[in-house]
Amino acid sequence: MLPKSELKGALVIPVCHLDDLPEGESVRLSTEPPIAVFRTAGALYAIDDTCSHQDASLSEGWLEGCFVECPLHAALFDLRTGQPTCLPARRPVRTHRVSVDDSGFVHVEVAADARAATREGSAA
Amino acid sequence: MKTVAVVGASLAGLYAARALRAEGYDGRLVIIGDELHRPYDRPPLSKEFLTGAMDEDQLALSDAGEEAELNAEWLLGVRAQGLDARGRALRLDGGRTVTADGVVIATGATPRRLPGAAALSGVHTLRTLDDARALRAELTGRQSARVVVVGAGFIGSEVASSCVALGHHVTVVEAAPLPLLPQLGEAMATICASLHADRGVRLITGTSVAALSGAGAVTGVQLTDGRLLPADVVVVGIGAAPTTGWLDGSALAVDDGVLCDGGGVTTLPQVVAVGDVARVAGTRSEHWTSATEQPTVAVRNLLAGRTVEAARPLPYFWSDQYGVRIQFAGRRPADCTVRITDGTPEERSFLAVYERPDGTVTAALALNRPRAFMRLRRELTSGVPAGHASRSR
Repeated sequence: MLPKSELKGALVIPVCHLDDLPEGESVRLSTEPPIAVFRTAGALYAIDDTCSHQDASLSEGWLEGCFVECPLHAALFDLRTGQPTCLPARRPVRTHRVSVDDSGFVHVEVAADARAATREGSAA
Repeated sequence: MKTVAVVGASLAGLYAARALRAEGYDGRLVIIGDELHRPYDRPPLSKEFLTGAMDEDQLALSDAGEEAELNAEWLLGVRAQGLDARGRALRLDGGRTVTADGVVIATGATPRRLPGAAALSGVHTLRTLDDARALRAELTGRQSARVVVVGAGFIGSEVASSCVALGHHVTVVEAAPLPLLPQLGEAMATICASLHADRGVRLITGTSVAALSGAGAVTGVQLTDGRLLPADVVVVGIGAAPTTGWLDGSALAVDDGVLCDGGGVTTLPQVVAVGDVARVAGTRSEHWTSATEQPTVAVRNLLAGRTVEAARPLPYFWSDQYGVRIQFAGRRPADCTVRITDGTPEERSFLAVYERPDGTVTAALALNRPRAFMRLRRELTSGVPAGHASRSR
């Protein structure tokens, strides 16, 4: 769960050391909503983990270039934008900023609208 | 072509309409659906929708923006009653006729019912949103009900799982000695059958239903072995028959589905069939993925006026039950054997491969092992021998 505070400042979540996230792998953060962090050839990306089509974890998807394919119905998402590039997904997933600190530790800055969405989601 | 009619406004029908526009068809497009609802996704009906975790607005397959782009005439709540011998005139409810020079048949399947079920309240089948609304209202409107699910296929098992999650007492009755035997084979079907007991659901196999008891409302299920199961709610999930009755009198060949070649083309070149209703090159599949994959090819053939393309997609299905995601892809030839390559049945997380005597992998089954499964499914789809990859994991 995310901290309750909703200050203007960015909410940054530590993920793991870069060495623990080999190229082509991903890690799922049990935030609310969950976030998936991917390491591709040369870049790190973070998106909401739950496919916008149906309940499936994108961190378990197939990584190809900067795209991930949903493990349940093969919807494809662009990790850079969160946009689906093919059906059955029609809505984007949120993207989050990823950074690596001087010690090589990976952090995710949770997008502000994801926090807003959490509130909407819990009311549904 | 000036007018194409798509008969059926569910998954396969919508995908056919999308495919028509994607292929550049810009003529009149008429979509006829016997339900009043806009296209919606059925898989959640037995799962998240039934438990209340998902609501109706989340089921929509399309949105206003896409519908505007499709530029179709939607005739919803209207049933097709017939197709003339030339395959050009569709007869609809109320005597209305639609004349088309191309027809896509996507009328799906109709659940089989038990004799006497119609006369009793509390007996449900589950296919449509209206079915699911009625069942959900009954299940959420009471506590600790005695639910009997007839049929331990995917829908029956998923409904049983949802009922347990809602706090009901559930018994599942299956006529076969083992559920899912034709799909999974004995070893894997045995493991899947054991999932019911994980959540306290009683599974009775090898006996069928003799009669439903009750006057007005159902009170029990009488089994052929003499047992009487008391029941407040009965859900019947004993399969579905392709919805082809309306094609009586047409020139189409029908035999447990509309007969098509490998490209979805029927005995008339300007009529194609897709989804649950279609028997494509001898095989009829009632899977979500087939309904989304067949229309692309069928529509190309329809617009070409002959079969220019055939497809033999890899069968794939999944089921969520008792907190376990089951995924299966591929074909199971008679001479194949199965072995677990990753994980164990006890932890409810494993990958199994089906192999021919020469080691060729033809199918994969996973329980809660989505990543390994997906790798193998991709290899099976691409045709690259999956044997080595599966062994290395």
